[in-house]
Amino acid sequence: MKKPACKAEGRRQKAETEAISAFSLLHSSFYDLLLRLYPASFRNEYGGEMRAVFARERRRASGLAVPALWIRTIPDVVVNSAGAHFDILAQDLSYTARMLSRAPAFAATAVLIAALGIGATTAAFTVTDFVLFRPLPFPEPGRLVKLWERTPGYSRMELSAPNYRDWRAASQSFLSMGMYHDTEATLIDGGEPRRLSGAAVSADLFPTLGVGPHVGRGFTADDDRRGAAPTVVLSYRFWQSEFGGDPAIVGRSLRFGDTPHTVIGVMPREFHFPASDVLFWTPTWFGEEDYADTQRTNNWLEAVGRLRPGVTLEQARAEMNVVAAQSEARYPIENKDTGASVVALGAEISDRSRMLLVTLLAAAACVLLIACANLANLLLARALGRRRELAVRTAIGAGRERIVRQLMTESLALAGAGGALGVGLAIAAVPMLSQLVPQTLPLAAAPTVDVRVMLVAVGLTVLTGLVFGVAPVLRSGGAPDLAGLREGTRAGGGQKERLRSALVVAEIVASVVLLVAAGLLMRALLTVQGTNPGFTADGVLTLRTELPMPQYAEVARREAFYARVLADIRALPGVTAAGYTSFLPISSFRGGIWTVAVPGDPTGASDVRRENNVAAIRFVTPGYFQAMAIPLKRGRDISEGDTPTRQAAAVVSESFARRYWPDADPLGQHFTFAFADRVVVGVVGDVMFRGLERVSEPQVYLSSQQVADGAITFYAPKALAVRTTGDAAALAPSIRGIIRSADPALPITELRTLAEMVTRDTASRAVQVRVLGAFAAIAFVLAAVGIHGLLSFAVSQRTQEIGVRVALGATPADILSMMLRRGMLLAVAGLVPGMVLAYVAGRSLEALLAGVKPTDLWTMTAAVGLTLAMTILGCVAPTLRALRVDAITALKTE
Amino acid sequence: MDDPNRSTQAKEIDALLPLPAATFHILLALADDDRHGYAIIQDVAARTGGELQMSAGTLYRSIHRMLEQGLLVETSERPAPDEDDERRRYYRITPFGTAVASAEARRLAQLLRMARAAGFSPGRLAG
Repeated sequence: MKKPACKAEGRRQKAETEAISAFSLLHSSFYDLLLRLYPASFRNEYGGEMRAVFARERRRASGLAVPALWIRTIPDVVVNSAGAHFDILAQDLSYTARMLSRAPAFAATAVLIAALGIGATTAAFTVTDFVLFRPLPFPEPGRLVKLWERTPGYSRMELSAPNYRDWRAASQSFLSMGMYHDTEATLIDGGEPRRLSGAAVSADLFPTLGVGPHVGRGFTADDDRRGAAPTVVLSYRFWQSEFGGDPAIVGRSLRFGDTPHTVIGVMPREFHFPASDVLFWTPTWFGEEDYADTQRTNNWLEAVGRLRPGVTLEQARAEMNVVAAQSEARYPIENKDTGASVVALGAEISDRSRMLLVTLLAAAACVLLIACANLANLLLARALGRRRELAVRTAIGAGRERIVRQLMTESLALAGAGGALGVGLAIAAVPMLSQLVPQTLPLAAAPTVDVRVMLVAVGLTVLTGLVFGVAPVLRSGGAPDLAGLREGTRAGGGQKERLRSALVVAEIVASVVLLVAAGLLMRALLTVQGTNPGFTADGVLTLRTELPMPQYAEVARREAFYARVLADIRALPGVTAAGYTSFLPISSFRGGIWTVAVPGDPTGASDVRRENNVAAIRFVTPGYFQAMAIPLKRGRDISEGDTPTRQAAAVVSESFARRYWPDADPLGQHFTFAFADRVVVGVVGDVMFRGLERVSEPQVYLSSQQVADGAITFYAPKALAVRTTGDAAALAPSIRGIIRSADPALPITELRTLAEMVTRDTASRAVQVRVLGAFAAIAFVLAAVGIHGLLSFAVSQRTQEIGVRVALGATPADILSMMLRRGMLLAVAGLVPGMVLAYVAGRSLEALLAGVKPTDLWTMTAAVGLTLAMTILGCVAPTLRALRVDAITALKTE
Repeated sequence: MDDPNRSTQAKEIDALLPLPAATFHILLALADDDRHGYAIIQDVAARTGGELQMSAGTLYRSIHRMLEQGLLVETSERPAPDEDDERRRYYRITPFGTAVASAEARRLAQLLRMARAAGFSPGRLAG
């Protein structure tokens, strides 16, 4: 034996040990505390020695050397403990890489599953965060509110100009207030005239929002005066696309229609107000006549206020209720039953959009949950397969902590790879999901995957890694399992199988919920798409031609245009009908609600807008009903004979006739509407002009000729519908040509088929069904993989048992039914709670279901059928495989 | 002919070079005798004239890594009981450790030759 160095050392140390004082105990316990920074395995291995070395050094030190020793020791421990952690990590990672490269199929499956879960959740979060969680891009957005009028039947109605002015002056809650309304302009720049969307804003709107221009200046009170020189502020997007971001844009002149407008500024890139499609802003140019009392029921302005510091939304609401009540007292006719609504600007998003997005997020969470359960199961199976390896490592001295750490590193590495792939998937999926972003928000049109989202993705990845890492750790973290070393040990005792079965059942539950939710929404979509809009959409081409005023202010001038265009179009081959109307149903404008007065009707005499005395106003040319295939039920169409000098005629919808003359013949009845006495000449079917999922008011159609020159020009027919027997879209070039030859200065917009317009109306719903359907499909496949994996494993563990049974005379059918029973047990265990949860989910989605019941039989049957089919398929393949092994081979494997 | 095993070992040695200073010092300290941790610290200090005071953290982290690399083994042979302290663990250099230390020494010698050839002469103070 070699002679150890430092023979005398031991004796001296013993003597010194006896002299331990309370003081040195303090030192050594602090050192013990520091040692906790080391990985437990390292500490167990070397902690004792390090303590001894430190104790010696401390005994040697005296006086000032003691603090010096600590100054040396603390950083030494910190640096080296971090190093020791890093050494282990590097070791675990290289071990992980070796293990995974030996099991590429396992690694690829795990990464793909993690990617699907993380990708779905990241994509869903990106969109939801963008719309719901992120503060609006204005300074102190929490203090911005939207102001509305509230009348019976309408909780948020636009304000009239005089009410806006009175309320603004009377209220104290607001630092400032601004108003705006949508507008459009025809840009004439030499090429084809183009129609642009914009907003007319009061001078105080931008300051109220707290956003100044990127270039140039905003509007002043002088710009916003009736008769002021026309000015315009451009959106960043329009400035970039149209003028290449020309810094010398300020001072340039743009021709909107006949009027040159001077560009005075450009708003910042992230400023989208009131919606993402706005390209320019002009002042409102309101004069005194706009604020006249006759305008008090003309509701068309939107208002934004900024609360004073310290004023809450509730206080502002209370104050505005008082202000509105004062207005009502002062104008008892015009402002009858008119209150005020104050809503946080961020809360403007509709409940439906909110629910759509929350559903999306919940569905993504379900997918993530299933992915985690699946991964945990996969790792559990692997851990069981690796029992021997782990037992060997334990036997050669790897502590529990080292093995746990190794397994965690492995699952985190898999989750990390899955997370990276998942973020890639999310980036690819977000453009599709962004169709779920409502277009009416002051936000950019499309969300992007940004730092916040990345942080969430990283969080999800770590969470996923930890969650599915835990299962195998729980399994292997127990006492060293020497049984694993024994030759031929079968893994999979009762407890392990129970855990794995529970995970598979959880997957089935979540996938049933998703299947049912997706099924219900699909049924709802079909229901909505199956709704009769009141017209026949196929074979109709539509477009708008803005008729610039004052050139087209005279009825005769407009009629000449309609006559020429319609005659030429009707002469085109295949065209069966064509007509003009004020606004097409389900188009961008769905309002135009006016009060109706019918002699003898209790609400008839007043001009007050109520729920039940209003109708939608539309002027039409003859032929419009045929073009739209709106059925004429009684009487006649508007005709060429309904000239300005004749009795004003009206064609009304069935609901209108039912409302006022339930027991009498509507034909020949008189009513007052749009400043004139009208006589009913015809009754047509109702049209869902508000959209397929909303209740539409009754409709009144008036002759395009029977309106005073220059009056109600907003409703002058500008929307064209052309019905053809052929391909509607193919007509576009000829119709363009006809309109251009009639008046080359007219911009043609919204050129699309009627069928496209109907599709657009259900687009967000269709996207949601597709997304949820995709999530449900992913969930379904993952659950199927889970069931198949579990049963394959169970079969492989029971090869011997199956062999014995076959040897004892069991037929393949017996074995198959045995395995099927097991599979069915899993399926039923998942289906029962799954259906209950699906019902709960369905109930909370009811507002989105368009009347489809959460207990919809068709959907429930499909979900149950799919789940059972998935289970049977999952059972059959592994069982058949087991049956191919003959009894003798099975028995020999032991 | 190259012995394939030998070339494998040569590759393993090369992969470890250059050695961290602490590792090389520990190998030197164990060259002639098995030692426990504190004895290694003392030996290194003595060998360098007190210049290098290895900390416990550096020592044991190095030892941990050297054990895994196969440069050292822990020896179960203990000194006579009265000289022994059961907390102590003794380390012995392996043949591989010796080979690595020699390779490092060769590398350093070569470096030194190159330095000399370039006119840097060690042993003399500059100026």
